[in-house]
Amino acid sequence: MVKLTKKQRVLFSGILAIVSFILKNTIGQQLITSIVMIATAIVAGTPILKNAISALRYKILGIDALVSIAVIGAMFIGEYWEAAAVTFLFLFGEYLESKTLEKTRSSIKALLNLAPDVARVIRDGVEVVISPEEVIKGEIVVIKPGEKVSVDGTVIEGTAYLNQAAITGESIPVAKKIEDEVFSGTIIESGYLKVRADRVGEDTTFARILQMVEEAQDKKAKTQKFLEEFSKYYTPSIIILSLLLFFFTMDLVLSLTLLVIACPGALVISTPVSIVAGIGNGAKHGVLVKGGEVMEKLGKVKLLAFDKTGTLTMGKPKVNRVKTYSLKEDELLRIAAIGEAYSEHPLGKAIIEKAEKALGPITQKPEESEMLVGQGLKVVIEGKTIFIGNRKLFTENGVEIGEKEVFIRSEEEKGQTVVLVGDLAGIMGVISIADIVRADSKKLIANLKKLGIEKVVMLTGDNKRVAKAIASELGIDEYYGELLPEEKVQVLEELQQKYGMAAMVGDGVNDAPALAAADLGIAIGGAGTDVAMETADVVLMSDEIRKLSHAIGISRATVRNMKQNIYFALIVAGALLAGVLFKTVNLAFGMLVHELSVLLVVINAVRLLGYGDRGKSRKQVSI
Amino acid sequence: MTTKTYQLETLTCPSCVVKIQTVLKRTNGVQEVEVLFNSSRVKVSFDEAVVDPETIKKTIENLGFKVIGEK
Repeated sequence: MVKLTKKQRVLFSGILAIVSFILKNTIGQQLITSIVMIATAIVAGTPILKNAISALRYKILGIDALVSIAVIGAMFIGEYWEAAAVTFLFLFGEYLESKTLEKTRSSIKALLNLAPDVARVIRDGVEVVISPEEVIKGEIVVIKPGEKVSVDGTVIEGTAYLNQAAITGESIPVAKKIEDEVFSGTIIESGYLKVRADRVGEDTTFARILQMVEEAQDKKAKTQKFLEEFSKYYTPSIIILSLLLFFFTMDLVLSLTLLVIACPGALVISTPVSIVAGIGNGAKHGVLVKGGEVMEKLGKVKLLAFDKTGTLTMGKPKVNRVKTYSLKEDELLRIAAIGEAYSEHPLGKAIIEKAEKALGPITQKPEESEMLVGQGLKVVIEGKTIFIGNRKLFTENGVEIGEKEVFIRSEEEKGQTVVLVGDLAGIMGVISIADIVRADSKKLIANLKKLGIEKVVMLTGDNKRVAKAIASELGIDEYYGELLPEEKVQVLEELQQKYGMAAMVGDGVNDAPALAAADLGIAIGGAGTDVAMETADVVLMSDEIRKLSHAIGISRATVRNMKQNIYFALIVAGALLAGVLFKTVNLAFGMLVHELSVLLVVINAVRLLGYGDRGKSRKQVSI
Repeated sequence: MTTKTYQLETLTCPSCVVKIQTVLKRTNGVQEVEVLFNSSRVKVSFDEAVVDPETIKKTIENLGFKVIGEK
C-alpha cells in the first residue's frame, strides 16, 4: 500500500466519503456504492487498525481497538455506510484535534523560538560567532542592531534600545547604557552594545523562564487529577455496562456503539487544554504561572496581601527632611551616614545617598557596629556610642523620646518613615524618609477589586502610621505595620485561617519567607531576583505591578474556561449515553457528536490565548 | 535508578497518555512513568540493571509514537 501522510489520508478518505454519500442518495445501494464505501473504510481505517493491533500486542484495549471491532462488525452485517462514516469521522476528528491542539500550545512554542541561537564574542581581539552555550562567563559579547542578546550581562560599552518582550512581555523598547543589566533573549532595536557575560547558557534568566514554563504546562490542576481518577472508574464501568447490555439484549451493534461513544475524550482533555492556553497567554504577557494547580488557586483567591516596600512602592526611599536638635544638619547626616556604612537596609542607603550629595564621598567607617533586628544600629563613631534607628531602639536603651514624639508622629502621619539619630543623652535629630509609591499601584488595587478580589491587605515592617497613610492613599482595606519578616508569616497564617486562602505579593527582598509560606506566592520583578523566581508560585517578570491584574484576570478566565469545558463535556457524554441506550443515536452520528465535542472543547481553550490583547478583547480591564 | 525523558512527536489524543503509561508501567524494571501531555514528553524512572533505555524507547515507538529526542 502507498504511504500516505496523515493529511493526504484524511483528504483522500474525505473525498471517498463524500462520493459514497452522493451515490447513496442518488443511485442507492448499488455495487459501486458499496465498493466506494468499503474503499473509504479501508483508507481511513488502516491506521486505526494498525494502532489497535500495536496496542493489543501490549494487551491494551484502546479506543482504536473498539472502533476497529465496531467497523469490522458493521462490514460483516453489510452496514458499509456506517463503516465508512465512522472511520472517516474518527480520523478526521483526530486530525482536526491535533491541528487545534497545536494552537493551544502556540504561545509557549513562540516563546521557545525567542531563544538566542548565535553569540558574537571577542576572542583574542577578533570577533567570532559561536553558539550561545559556548560563551564563557566573563567574556565580552558584541550585539549589533537586530541581533539578540545571548547572555545575561552588564553593558561595558555603547548604548541601545532593547526590546525585552522575551523576559517581561513588554515590547516597548528600553534604553540601556554602561553599567546597565541586559538579559539573554532580548533584542537590540537600535544601537550597539558590548556586554560582559555574567550568566550564560542554562543559567540565564531566559533559559530558566523557559524551563519553568515547560515544566508548568504539565503540572496538573486539582480538577485534572480528579478527572483522571474519575476516568479510572468510568471506563471500566462502561465496559461492564456494555457487557451487561449485550448479555440482556444480544444486540452486538448496540453494545459496541455504547463502548465507542462513551469514551470520555472531551472530559479528559477539558482541563489540560485550558491550562496550557492560560499558561501560554501568561508567558506571552510576562506572567509566569507555575502549573495548573497554581492557576486554579490564583483564579479563586479572594484575599491578596501586599508587601509595601519594593512592591507597592518603588523600593528606593529618599530623604525628604532632616530635623536637628543639638547639631548642624550636615553633621547629623555625616554621623548617620558613617553609622550606616555597613548597612544593606534601604533606609540606610537613602541616608548615605543624601549625605554624599551634600558632603561628597564619605569613606569613614564606624569603629564598632551592631545591628539590632527590628530596631536599628548601635555604632561607635569617634569613640562615641550612637544609636540610629526607631523608637524601640532608644526606649530599650533607656533614652527618653519625650516631647520630640509630637514631631515624629506628625511626620509619620504624612507617610514618612523616621530614622532617629542620637546618643545616650538623647535624640540629636530626626531624618524623614519616604518611598515613592508606584504610579500604577492605586489603579491596580481598584482593578483587583473589579476582578473580584474581596480584600487587599498590606504587610510592612514600617511604622503603623506610615502604613496607614499609604494604605488610605491606595485604597487598601487593612494594613499591618511594624512587622518583622517572621511576623509577616504569622499574620499571613492568621489571614489564611480567616479567609481560607491568601496570596502574598512581594518583591522577594525581605519577604521571601512570607512568599514561601503563603498558599500562593506572587513575586514581582522576578527577572532580577533569583530567590523570588524560584520560591514564588507566580512570577511577574517585570517590575510593573499592573501586570498583576493580568495575572488575576487570565487565571479567572482559565478557571471559567475549564469549568465550561467540563460541564459541556459532561452534558454531551450524558446525552450521548442516553441517546445510545434509547437507540436514537447510531454509531456514525455518535462518533460525529463525540469528535465535535472534543473539538469544541479545544477551540474554547484557544480563546484564552487572545485574553488581554490590546484592543482585541473587550474583557480586558483597561489600565 | 535512572530517570530519562523522551521527547515525542506532538501528542494529540488523551487516550495516548493512558496507553503509554499503562504499557510502560507493565515493563519490567520500570518504576515510574509520567506522560506530559502538553509538552509531549515521557519521563521514565527505571532500574538500569533490569531494563535498558533503548528497550523503553522501542516500546514507545512500537505503540506508534515516534521518539524525536531523549535526555
